[in-house]
Amino acid sequence: MKETSRNPIENISRRDFMNGMFSAGALVIAARVLPASAWAQLADASATRAVGSALSPSIYLGVETDGTVFIVTHRSEMGTGIRTALPAVAADELDADWDRVRIEQGIGDPAYGDQNTDGSRSIRDFYQAFRVAGASAREMLIRAAAAEWNVPAPECRAELHEIVHSSSGRRAGYGALAEAAGRLDVPDPSTLEFKPAAEWRYVGRDHSIYDLPGIVTGTAVFGMDAELDDMVYASIEHPPVLGGTVRSLDDSEALEVPGVQRTVPLPPFTPPYGFQPLGGVAVIADNTWAAFQGRGRLNIDWDDGPNAGYDSDRFRQQLMDTARQTGRVVRDHGDVDQEFDRGGTILEAMYYMPHHAHAPMEPPAAVADIRGGRAYVWAPTQNPQAVQDTVAAALGIDAADVVCNVTLLGGGFGRKSKPDYCAEAALLARELGRPVKVVWSREDDVRFDYYHTVSAVYQRARVDAAGRPTAWLSRSVFPPIAATFIPDEQYGMTFEHDFGLNDLPYDIPNIRAENGPAPAHVRIGWFRAVTNNFHVFAASSFADEMAHAAGRDPLEFLLDMIGPGQIVDLPSQGVAYENYGAPLDRYPVDTRRLRNVLEIAGERAEWGSRQPGNGWGVGIAAHRSFNTYVASVVEVEVDGNQVHVPRVHQVVDAGVIVSPDRVRAQFEGASVMAVGLVRTGAITAANGRIQQSNFTDFQVARMADAPVETLVHLVDSTELPTGVGEPGVPPVIAAFANAIYSATGTRVRELPLSRYGLA
Amino acid sequence: MPYTFTVNGTSTTVDTPEDMPLLWVLRDVLKMKGTKFGCGVGACGACTVHIDGRAVRSCMTPVANVSAPVTTIEGLSEDGSHPVQQAWMELDVPQCGYCQAGQIMSAAALLANNSDPSDADINTAMNGNVCRCGTYMRIREAIHRAAASV
Ligand code: FES
Ligand code: FES
Repeated sequence: MKETSRNPIENISRRDFMNGMFSAGALVIAARVLPASAWAQLADASATRAVGSALSPSIYLGVETDGTVFIVTHRSEMGTGIRTALPAVAADELDADWDRVRIEQGIGDPAYGDQNTDGSRSIRDFYQAFRVAGASAREMLIRAAAAEWNVPAPECRAELHEIVHSSSGRRAGYGALAEAAGRLDVPDPSTLEFKPAAEWRYVGRDHSIYDLPGIVTGTAVFGMDAELDDMVYASIEHPPVLGGTVRSLDDSEALEVPGVQRTVPLPPFTPPYGFQPLGGVAVIADNTWAAFQGRGRLNIDWDDGPNAGYDSDRFRQQLMDTARQTGRVVRDHGDVDQEFDRGGTILEAMYYMPHHAHAPMEPPAAVADIRGGRAYVWAPTQNPQAVQDTVAAALGIDAADVVCNVTLLGGGFGRKSKPDYCAEAALLARELGRPVKVVWSREDDVRFDYYHTVSAVYQRARVDAAGRPTAWLSRSVFPPIAATFIPDEQYGMTFEHDFGLNDLPYDIPNIRAENGPAPAHVRIGWFRAVTNNFHVFAASSFADEMAHAAGRDPLEFLLDMIGPGQIVDLPSQGVAYENYGAPLDRYPVDTRRLRNVLEIAGERAEWGSRQPGNGWGVGIAAHRSFNTYVASVVEVEVDGNQVHVPRVHQVVDAGVIVSPDRVRAQFEGASVMAVGLVRTGAITAANGRIQQSNFTDFQVARMADAPVETLVHLVDSTELPTGVGEPGVPPVIAAFANAIYSATGTRVRELPLSRYGLA
Repeated sequence: MPYTFTVNGTSTTVDTPEDMPLLWVLRDVLKMKGTKFGCGVGACGACTVHIDGRAVRSCMTPVANVSAPVTTIEGLSEDGSHPVQQAWMELDVPQCGYCQAGQIMSAAALLANNSDPSDADINTAMNGNVCRCGTYMRIREAIHRAAASV
């Protein structure tokens, strides 16, 4: 990006991809793996490959003759540290000196296999591939040295960028060996020996992210910062209602704004909306400000189309009414109906969570240029291959003729998996015949997001004399992500149920989960932790309600419901469980690990040592998501209507941890996001229009209302590594609501807290 | 209309409308991209710069009103050696990093006026800076650390 900002076309040809990246004489490794992915299955449900592909990916790693090690990272950096973590895995196996490692960001290319950086699975799916790449290169360097010295390879070892012959003490640097190593065959992966954990230099150790110096000095390049010569700026007035179209346009006042060049109408999408642009009118200008000003002077008469009646208050009622009726069964264990028919104590509750906007700090932005029949895009994207597909479809060209350069992302949270803004830039670049940067204002971002869906979840349980449920029914109703890809779809896809609805982990003889229908009137998209957020809010709040109804301690009650722990065989209970795209035999639902994080949470938070009262309270929840087990404890102090969160504990079992500090950071941030979402976050619609517009009325957590501290406890584990970006959010939502009950006796069943007069 | 002011020690003249915010003058006219756009309405702090040493939201500052020297993240130090930048690196504060230029500029201005801020002082000074990644706890720690080192 830094160089290409001056000459956009140099060295970015896909055909030159390998040739351009490494010099002659370099040892270059391409390791192949075949990951399984739930998101890949989404692709079957629609015409798009954009949400993932499970092709055989290649991990590229090269040792230059000067000793510089280049490692290509094909995952997007949006704040998790993945751009550093995966190369660190390879560098560790290679025993490379980190100071001599250079990280290259891969462009969008199916050769990498799946590049969709979401689902908290980059480490899970690619940890092994990067190990193989590093270990293979190390082995080849060893063999090259052994051949040169005429000694058996097993007598040589790697040691911080050098190969050493143990008995003679002879040494050779990686650079000096690169050329010879590059002529050798790649070792059979089954013969590779991996470093024992005790010898890891980078994995499991704290090290700063590669981009840290650039970030603190202001030189890091985000998509919003991409710049090409002769570039113009575009800001787009989107239809205020999803599916709306321009009836008539008067742009005469807009064209009078200094710096405004012209306007360009954009075509409306053809259902399903997928990742297509929304349509509307683009204002083209000399700079972003002029484009924004011009937009303010457009006079557009909109035909609002079929979604003009969307009203959040009415829709809330509709969701709740639907949730009281039988839906499609997505899990059936035992016989819930028969158990309910026995009578006795029945508890029930209805939970509601509104839409949320992702609101990454960097609003969507993209630069596009069309040259020689090919489209070049620079974008902060979680999914560069979706950019290729979406831009190709918009322009009517081949995806292979779309070059997607991935910048740093100023936050993603799922929003930047959907490349509508890239297609906007490409369409405008073609129309104008010059490079264009599309900049979304914050108002655009808040009003035209792919929203976290809105939901009602009905919970019903029959409990025994000890208050323990003998039957538990969960019924979830929400406009589904499925509607993004299938016109008018009202039921969730399998993964939308997997995330906290059909995977209730408790040892209860009768469990049923159902999904009821709900239409989408705004774009729906995956948001950090996705449907887990409202499913866990409902289930873990309801568990807390049951504990209190029985006069039992909530932690003790959860442990009792889990029992000693077991591997839960969901498929045998009628669940089409996709397990976050991971094979169930290797990543089972193991409630012993859930129990363990709860027990550790109890110890670390000194659970039970302080009696709730006088405005102080504490809540707990635990959940497995993205194959990771998390228990969260939230403390609150309530003063009048002001809720203060002095402390959150997050106990995390994510298997082997590659970057402990970044994992802690993810759980610190998840706790802040969850608290903000419960406290103030809400997106609502009236007359089909989103009523919020900016951080003034869509409130996210600020320093003064965020948890003062979040203490993250990582379980020491040798299990396979699992996700960390998302699983920290859902249990904090429920634990926070439970803490408010503990402090005040107010049971929060609907979000945000303002519904209860709390702030 | 031409406007002349000092940015990071260099006198600069731009020809823009008088109401064009400093943010867009920096980013789109001077091509200095370190100062970020987050909201455009003074509600997020991503665009924070110093004018005459005070933290100012550049998105709310018309270029015509800039009458004192401007410092941006690119000019806070030559090489990232400002104590706030150092503390930010030592504590690995940034996640995505997009808000951090604004956070650092707000923190540096706070410390220039208050060498030993309390948690409450920090909350007050930093509450206008949104971090969607949620790095607030480390920001607070880093400000205390930077305060200790100046
Ligand atoms: S961009 Fe200036 S305060 Fe948000
Ligand atoms: S670090 Fe991402 S918004 Fe602050």
